[in-house]
Amino acid sequence: MDATIRPEASKAIPLRFSYAPGGVAGTSFKPEHLAAILDEGPQRGFFEVHAESYMGAGGPPHRMLERLRRDYPFSLHGVCMSIGGPSPLNRSHLARFRGLVARYQPALVSEHLAWSTHETSFFNDLLPLPYTKATLDRVCDHIDEVQEAIRRPLLLENPSTYVAFRSSTMSETDFIRAVAERTGCGLLLDVSNVVVSATNHGFSALQYLADFPLARVGEVHLAGHAEQSDDEGELLLIDSHDGPVADPVWKLFEIVIARCGPVPTLIEWDSNIPGWPVLKAEAAAAQAILDRCHSMEDRHAA
Amino acid sequence: MQPDAHACYAAAFVPPLLDPGADVPAVVTGPNGKSAMKRYNVYRNNVTVSLIEALAAIYPAVQRLTGPDFFRAMARFHIRETTPASPLLFDYGRDFPAFIARYEHAQPLPWLPDVARIERAWLDAYHAADAAPLSATELAAIEPDRLASLVFTVHPATRVVRSPFAAVSIFAANRTGGSSDRIDASTPEDALITRPEFDVVVRQLPPGGAVFLTCLISGCMLAEAAAAAIEASQDFDLATNIAGLFEAGAFTSLTSGDAR
Repeated sequence: MDATIRPEASKAIPLRFSYAPGGVAGTSFKPEHLAAILDEGPQRGFFEVHAESYMGAGGPPHRMLERLRRDYPFSLHGVCMSIGGPSPLNRSHLARFRGLVARYQPALVSEHLAWSTHETSFFNDLLPLPYTKATLDRVCDHIDEVQEAIRRPLLLENPSTYVAFRSSTMSETDFIRAVAERTGCGLLLDVSNVVVSATNHGFSALQYLADFPLARVGEVHLAGHAEQSDDEGELLLIDSHDGPVADPVWKLFEIVIARCGPVPTLIEWDSNIPGWPVLKAEAAAAQAILDRCHSMEDRHAA
Repeated sequence: MQPDAHACYAAAFVPPLLDPGADVPAVVTGPNGKSAMKRYNVYRNNVTVSLIEALAAIYPAVQRLTGPDFFRAMARFHIRETTPASPLLFDYGRDFPAFIARYEHAQPLPWLPDVARIERAWLDAYHAADAAPLSATELAAIEPDRLASLVFTVHPATRVVRSPFAAVSIFAANRTGGSSDRIDASTPEDALITRPEFDVVVRQLPPGGAVFLTCLISGCMLAEAAAAAIEASQDFDLATNIAGLFEAGAFTSLTSGDAR
């Protein structure tokens, strides 16, 4: 293992692999919220951590995670593995990712169906890929490599996109289903991304869900989006993560949970970050939907 | 499908991302024959704006000194010239101080590159490996005749930035939102940057202190470093410098150089 990310904290605080938190709502972890989170004492919930922000050797970022991890399960969310790119995976990046999995024993580990690095340049955005037999093979190879490194299944997140590739020969849902079947990976269903892509590409979000392999969904993401217009003056949705979850996303989320049962659900809010009470209230709204599903399941069982 | 179509989608998608004058890649389209111009521009905007914000997060004092509009324009030029080579954004911007030094519009602010160097060192210290700082009592326990040959291991966070300008004072005033009105910018200042525990420390080094610490970082014995410091500055005071470095937590261990 990379010596710079040896799990020092585990000497003092033995961490155990935490099981998926079930039908619990969580939020992205933002360092500015740490004091408010700790003041409340341990609560129901979990925190999603962007892996790349914690790939430094030491210092305050790891102290914060060590403290938070004592009270909460984590979801480790990779943003930059470039699984959807044609280049080989960056081995040192994969080693750092594996180091974080070993150190913090997250309940969930996820990455994106996208790419961000080409040759030696990193573009810091989730860029789209064509859906073809060739890209399918490459994505499956990359996921095999990640899962081999971390010794556990990865959850692959469906993307939000603004353009399509002329060379695509498969639908996104067929592509994702094939990836999951071949690699055994789980899926992170970003309901906001479904709404964004459905609007941008003129397909039905409900039909997308009907085609999506919901049985493999291990986590749901919800986020705010922004509105722009395309060259024809029609609505173009931007996956901006900068505000509250919109009503159509909540409605679709209820449909997903009714079909999937209660799965861990995360509120993403990455810019114009509000105070902790606002973010917490958004998670509480998701929790209410998850709990309603629980109680319906209980009634069916009775 | 062409045999190389798999590899070429990224090669076709990338070049116009940072070139606003270039055509939208022919490999992409909107749905049902719609245009992809504004659609592709979402990616262009995401890339440029997120990298500008990454630089603004690393260099807040530089942004405060230039104002946000100046900073964003300067950052945009830098991003087009030097895209990140690593997916770790906290590693980005190592070439930004040198870029500022040759950026035409920044010439009236000659201390700006050094303020940027301090901010870059600050973030490196923030993410540096954890290590317990060496206590001054361990130095006090050394027999006097062995002091001259001591060799120090510096803390992984410890860095030195030298400036012919008052870069430390300007950094301090602009990092925390203070005023730099009363700073004489032409006073040379050297910075010690380190992180003994949780918080990064930025201090002005006394005369000769930068040469002294730089020598110790490179593995010189204490007597060699002191001689070099006196050579650099007649005002160098060994006791003051050692006390300041220990207080800041700049070292993690010491050994006798004779044992080398």
